[in-house]
Amino acid sequence: MAEKTLAGVTIEIDDNGYMTNFDQWNKEVANALAKENGIEELTQKHWDVIEYIQKGVKDGVNLSIRRIGKSGVVDIKTFYELFPDGPLKKATLIAGVPKPSGCV
Amino acid sequence: MRIGKKMSEKIKKVSVICAKGSLEDVYAALVMTNGARMEGIEANLFFTFFGLDAITKKKMNKLHTATVGNPAMAMPGGLPFPTLLGSLPGVEAGVSAMMRKEMDKLDIPPVEEFLDMIHAAGGKIYGCKLAVDMFKLKEEDMYDDIEGVITIGEFYEKAAGGQIIFT
Repeated sequence: MAEKTLAGVTIEIDDNGYMTNFDQWNKEVANALAKENGIEELTQKHWDVIEYIQKGVKDGVNLSIRRIGKSGVVDIKTFYELFPDGPLKKATLIAGVPKPSGCV
Repeated sequence: MRIGKKMSEKIKKVSVICAKGSLEDVYAALVMTNGARMEGIEANLFFTFFGLDAITKKKMNKLHTATVGNPAMAMPGGLPFPTLLGSLPGVEAGVSAMMRKEMDKLDIPPVEEFLDMIHAAGGKIYGCKLAVDMFKLKEEDMYDDIEGVITIGEFYEKAAGGQIIFT
């Protein structure tokens, strides 16, 4: 378990850089994580996706790109545009939730 | 820490060739191509010979798995699947339908939706010119969102600088 300080908050992260304590997450931390991963600014559309993901994790939903594409929040093409180079991995990392383990 | 930082050298591009039309071969190609895009890897998917069934509108959602000549075939519960049983009319269709149902439970999309996902993800789908000519397929017979029907030479041009996977 490693720690790092982002936006004035010390966060615990796993080997892949995913936060392990959601209580430490806030919007400033999310902004900083986004910047680290090549997203300069989180738009409203990004926040909509992040909120959907956080709610999904809370409800125990098995998150997949397919499910997010059918959520009505964002279509698959836009999801890839919002979070380039691995949308599900990046979006979950920024949302402060565990990395999803699905293959589809 | 950035995603993928630990890996020594990230794969940047893959080109997957699907030459067989059985359910499992097509899904192997679809999962690998879509999985590449999920990881931010550039991906091409090239269908040739019987693999073309996967981008032929009338066949794409009705692919079969072989119940004859498939030594891994087993009954539900794991008992051996008698080859003679597999040869009876309707058995292969029934087994294939059951497999598609099981996949749906795991949130694995049907072939057409899977292709839609790959296309939306920026993956490029191609048909092989030689095989399309051989099977006398017309443009209107084929899945709408293919980038084109290309020769093997064009395939190698598109695959340049990446890995090639033959399923």
